[in-house]
Amino acid sequence: MSLRNRELLNLLGVGILIGLGFASVYIARQSVISTASLSYLAFFLGLFVAAHLVARAVLPYADPYLMPLAALLTGIGLTMIYRVDPDLALRQGLWLVIGLGVFAACALVIRDYRALDGVKYILALCAIVLLILPALPGLGATINGASLWVRLGPIAFQPGELAKVLLVVFLAGYLRDRREVLASGLGRFGLPPLKHAGPLLLIWGGAMLILFQTNDLGGGLLYFAVFLAMLYVATGRWAFVAVGSALFALGAYGLYHVVPHVEERVTIWLHPWSDPVDAGYQLVQSIYAIAGGGLFGAGLGRGVLVTPEGGTYIPFLQTDFIYSAIAQELGLAGAAAVLLLYIVLVYRGFRIAMLADDGFSKLLATGLTVTLAVQAFIIVGGVTGLIPLTGITLPFVSYGGSSLVANFLVLWLLMAVSNRVNARAAGL
Amino acid sequence: MNSQIRKLFLVLCLLFVAVIATTTYWLWRSPDLEARQGNPTLVVRQLTIKRGLIYAADGRTVLARNRPRKIQGRTWYLRVYPQDDLTAHVVGYSTVGRSRAGLEKSMNDFLTGSNSNLSTVVDRTLDKIRGLTQVGNDLVLTIQPEVQQVALDQLEGKCGAAVALDPRSGEVLAMASSPPYNPNLVENRFEEILAAQGACTPAAPLLNRATQGLFIPGSTFKVITASAALESGRFTPESRFDDPGYCTVYGKRVSNFADQSGPEAFGNVSFAEALQNSINSVFCNVGKELGPQAILEQAKRYGFYALPPLETPESERRPSGLYQRGRLVLPDDPNAVDPGRLAFGQERLLATPLQMAMVAAGIANGGVVMRPYVVDRILAPDGDILTKTSPDEYSEAVSPQTAAELAAMMELAVQSGTGTAAQIPGVRVAGKTGTAETGRPGQNDTWFIAFAPADAPRVAVAVALSDQAGTGGGTAAPIARSIMQAVLAQSA
Repeated sequence: MSLRNRELLNLLGVGILIGLGFASVYIARQSVISTASLSYLAFFLGLFVAAHLVARAVLPYADPYLMPLAALLTGIGLTMIYRVDPDLALRQGLWLVIGLGVFAACALVIRDYRALDGVKYILALCAIVLLILPALPGLGATINGASLWVRLGPIAFQPGELAKVLLVVFLAGYLRDRREVLASGLGRFGLPPLKHAGPLLLIWGGAMLILFQTNDLGGGLLYFAVFLAMLYVATGRWAFVAVGSALFALGAYGLYHVVPHVEERVTIWLHPWSDPVDAGYQLVQSIYAIAGGGLFGAGLGRGVLVTPEGGTYIPFLQTDFIYSAIAQELGLAGAAAVLLLYIVLVYRGFRIAMLADDGFSKLLATGLTVTLAVQAFIIVGGVTGLIPLTGITLPFVSYGGSSLVANFLVLWLLMAVSNRVNARAAGL
Repeated sequence: MNSQIRKLFLVLCLLFVAVIATTTYWLWRSPDLEARQGNPTLVVRQLTIKRGLIYAADGRTVLARNRPRKIQGRTWYLRVYPQDDLTAHVVGYSTVGRSRAGLEKSMNDFLTGSNSNLSTVVDRTLDKIRGLTQVGNDLVLTIQPEVQQVALDQLEGKCGAAVALDPRSGEVLAMASSPPYNPNLVENRFEEILAAQGACTPAAPLLNRATQGLFIPGSTFKVITASAALESGRFTPESRFDDPGYCTVYGKRVSNFADQSGPEAFGNVSFAEALQNSINSVFCNVGKELGPQAILEQAKRYGFYALPPLETPESERRPSGLYQRGRLVLPDDPNAVDPGRLAFGQERLLATPLQMAMVAAGIANGGVVMRPYVVDRILAPDGDILTKTSPDEYSEAVSPQTAAELAAMMELAVQSGTGTAAQIPGVRVAGKTGTAETGRPGQNDTWFIAFAPADAPRVAVAVALSDQAGTGGGTAAPIARSIMQAVLAQSA
């Protein structure tokens, strides 16, 4: 079977699963939601089939599992959002149109992703500008304590989501150029000379500063982890990881004492039960939802998520806490299944990186994959109380336009890399 | 770079295993988390169950029922108490915002059909499979609505409680606490309950004073001293005493008391006459001779120093006994307790009305205290009886002979002693008054414990009031009489 036929078959399987999910929600909540909303499903399937046709045209050798995995995760997210708030699901559907539009546009216009390597410094500059945008007065908006948003008319978006992808592209190119020097030409203390590491540290120092300035802790942690992972893959030196982690720990310790927001988050994480109605409310409610789900969950649409007044028991349920909602309605089995999907996604991503024959592609595929995985870990670890909670989306699943669009950009890059890798392996 | 990528994959897998493990950990903790207040899963699960109804003893008077309400496509069963405050303290309440109290709390597993009774488990499983609403089990109580109404009316405007038991079975025929509260207000108008003014300070209407109200037993405790005295074999009802009008304890004079009837000093009296007229000096000397241990041992045989048995939540019951700084104490050192004052019910003694009703019921029942119970039977949704409470001996407090002698002495107290206000025409009543000084003038704890008919008892009562200017015979005895009359008016 050709790779694309396999992709189509997988997509149809995903379509059936999501169809069952939508039907379950509809049956459980038909008194609340309208029949018309069932058309979201057809809409969802149509979009992915269209994206598949684009892939068939321009990415014929791409990995056939990436798009179905993205579709399944998006579909699970859409089902949960639909279950909590059908109107919000429609908006997420519109963002999905934009996301797949970006996917298709990039695939059709940028026929060779390696061209990005040549403009990496411009991309880095763009990323930094994007990161600064929300901090500009008049343009930026602070939502829930984080200054991550840029408001243009009715739409608010997070430029950081796009910056994230651009920075990974930059790092892949930069580390490919410098990896030999960074790995071998060690100066004093077993560290590379400042000449080579300098620009890297400068760019990262700046990015981190902006992140902390905007109070986006989850973002900061994500960038740092991706940076370290790529540095390790490029150089093979644990020393970098150790020094980097130490620096991060030091910075985190300093922040803990300087920024009240951080100290509060850590206190809640350590003692969620000391103030379950106020400071610890979110985390405690999230834990109740997860624990209450049991092994197989209450069933889609049958869990306890929505209050009699129509709000949600857990604030930000559709964005940060979507994992708790999944655990409540699909149980440990459903939640673990979602996490396994990420592991499969990581496996496919790393497989592409390992098969790639040039450093840029390897580092790019690794960096993008790690971004998705670490982001999923940070938010799921946060809502389960494993690590301090920081607001960040669960890739593909959470409600959030900027995040969804950026994730489809990642999907395109991974598929583009694998298209080239597989084509070369096939001797084409 | 591939070996690094492989290692990185392992690290990422470990991270995901860690979050799956954390999720599993919360699942494992869920039984403990479910019991927490503010867990919406639990609240919703409880409120979407069609809770069992609660009936009075007649099987018709509904004390608690459901009001279904459809919200967000889910049917919620909210509780309604048609009798308002009638049985508030026993039945309690079940609400969304303030959890549960009373039988609604302690019998929650039956009322929600979540108990492990085999037929309930089968019903529940079938309901779940068929997607039906889970239906709870109904309760039929032993409370007789007419008697309960009389008890509540009689206590109106006072601070206190009354308990009526069937001495032969231990059935609670009435249990009232004043000031009462309306359980229908708990959900949305709780502040009205909090703001309630009553004869008590603070009013604390949610308190079930019948089982958790502690009153100084005063002279009603003389019945227990007399039990110990007769059981010891050293005294009979005919034993003679000289009453000088006071008793010397540790070289100090303790004068006779406001409660006693007749002259200040009775002179030469029998033991029976001492109880009839509640003469402190006689009991003081009996106490000194018996010693505190013997008296406290006798009290324990009536149920003191243990939580009085009942189906209401443990937190809504308190044991009777010696209290020091709010805590129950049982001194090992006999010298730590003044036996003279103990003998007539002062000396830091505190008792609940339910406990003193058990004392009266034990004497009425030939010395055997029956275990008090308020839930007569539990019904499956189809009306089948799941369990029926059968009367159970709680303790053998005194021998049948002692019980008969005590009954005769208590009958004298009602015929021509301190308790004449409890007389019922044509019925032989046995009783004992109590007027305990709290140290604040005009704020006595007053009591009356009684049973009737004395020759074939069908009801035993205890009435306790606080902040009274009068005596037990003047304040509590008429209330006890009305309650007994109400019981005797019902067909046996």
